[in-house]
Amino acid sequence: MSAFVDIHDVTHVYARAEDGLPAVQNLNLKVHEGEFAAIVGPSGCGKSTLMKLATGLQFPAEGTVVVDGRQVGAPVKLAGMAFQNPTMLPWRTTLDNILLPLEIVEPHRSRLRRHKAEYVAKAEGLLAQVGLKGQGHKFPWQLSGGMQQRASLCRALIHEPKLLMLDEPFGALDSFTREELWCVMRDLHAAQKVTIILVTHDLREAAFLSDRIFCMSARPGRIVAEREVEFPRPRDLEITYTPEFSALVHELRGHIAQARQAA
Amino acid sequence: MKTKSQLALAPWVFTVGFFALWEILCHVLKISSFILPAPSTILWAVWEYRNQLAYHAMHTLWMTLAGFGLAVGFGLLLGMVLGSSRLINAGTYPLLVGFNSIPKVAVVPILVFWFGVGWVPPVMTAFLISFFPIVVNVATGIATVEPEMEDVLRALGASKRDIVFKVGVPRAMPYFFGSLKVAITLAYVGSVIGEQNASNVGIGNLLTRASAAFEVPLVWAALVVLAVLGVIMYAITAYAERSMTGWAQRSQMAA
Repeated sequence: MSAFVDIHDVTHVYARAEDGLPAVQNLNLKVHEGEFAAIVGPSGCGKSTLMKLATGLQFPAEGTVVVDGRQVGAPVKLAGMAFQNPTMLPWRTTLDNILLPLEIVEPHRSRLRRHKAEYVAKAEGLLAQVGLKGQGHKFPWQLSGGMQQRASLCRALIHEPKLLMLDEPFGALDSFTREELWCVMRDLHAAQKVTIILVTHDLREAAFLSDRIFCMSARPGRIVAEREVEFPRPRDLEITYTPEFSALVHELRGHIAQARQAA
Repeated sequence: MKTKSQLALAPWVFTVGFFALWEILCHVLKISSFILPAPSTILWAVWEYRNQLAYHAMHTLWMTLAGFGLAVGFGLLLGMVLGSSRLINAGTYPLLVGFNSIPKVAVVPILVFWFGVGWVPPVMTAFLISFFPIVVNVATGIATVEPEMEDVLRALGASKRDIVFKVGVPRAMPYFFGSLKVAITLAYVGSVIGEQNASNVGIGNLLTRASAAFEVPLVWAALVVLAVLGVIMYAITAYAERSMTGWAQRSQMAA
């Protein structure tokens, strides 16, 4: 099986970096199609840089990034993104926010006006899947933080991306809401067969959701450990209280602690 | 709810009180109407000169709105360009600031050289004086789009234009409408200055003639008309702001 996202020996220095230190160095990472990958690491380790590299928002100074069999030389167009900040547009209703990607991406862009009803139905379907049934007419600021984040996930998925990039999407939520959204994310992944790369600080989150976990070192970021997660799917939140789960989280914690010390 | 009704009543009480105090002081201190006419005298003058005042006020209103309209169109356009291009922004900023710091009254003679005395100088003065805040505000609104939002759209293959029109411009609207309140007041100042120096009609021109002839009550009447007109135009833009960008005014502070 060939990799869907293949980051090969990538070194990247931001033009604006004052110390000239690379954000990531000799980074190697392979994620297979349909896989749920998680990237964990100490803060400032270049996780966000990795997101930008994989989506073609930044191009590596050295090395290659291949997504879906093609070397990335422009924004990849098949990606959906969600961040810690839901970044909903306050002047649009939640539904219109979710439809926003369709106003950009072809072929939806030219079809949107004539097939509006079909797309609206699809958006409402997604809203129902994340537990926001019938809330589309509300403005995002009328929703709670957790609900906005759910809507943000819908927006990231509406154009059926082949790659979903999540940058600490649940970082700002309370732990109950976070666990609820883990389950939403788990079900979305099961239903859509999309390749997901999740960047997170939360080791339990990574262990619960993903098939494969990459640990990154402190800046300049490299992958210091790669770990497959073999808990069978569908997973129940109960597994997070099993000894195996704790052992895995503990092991990951060891890698991160090492990475922090090395810095 | 006591405080709420008090708040609603306060502007009226203070306004009426202000004029009442003025009236009383004029009578008690026997101030000459040449120095400071009492409100009743001014009101009487407004009534006496109503036809003349109405005619000139209409003209001033037109001049202001024409200049303001130009400023809105031009300001939006230039603001969009400056907001979406850091290069053009950095390049033209010194020029813009330099131009803006010229007192516009000093430009009127040049406008007269170019266009002669008539309706053009007041409109142009109103335009020149009022476009700057619009440009700056629109540009700021567009230039401060959240980087995450930009990433979301760019990762979908959005062009710069897409981002400016889908996110930048709507996002700049509260800034834009906020600047309109400043711009309408400035445009009004501009048209009156233009009329004072380079027109044969308008409240500005009426002011110049009345003061040359020492018709003090008429000068004050013209000032009152200017104030009323200014408040009305300000209120209309403030209303437009509220109804167009309600989404931006949900803070407790704005309530």
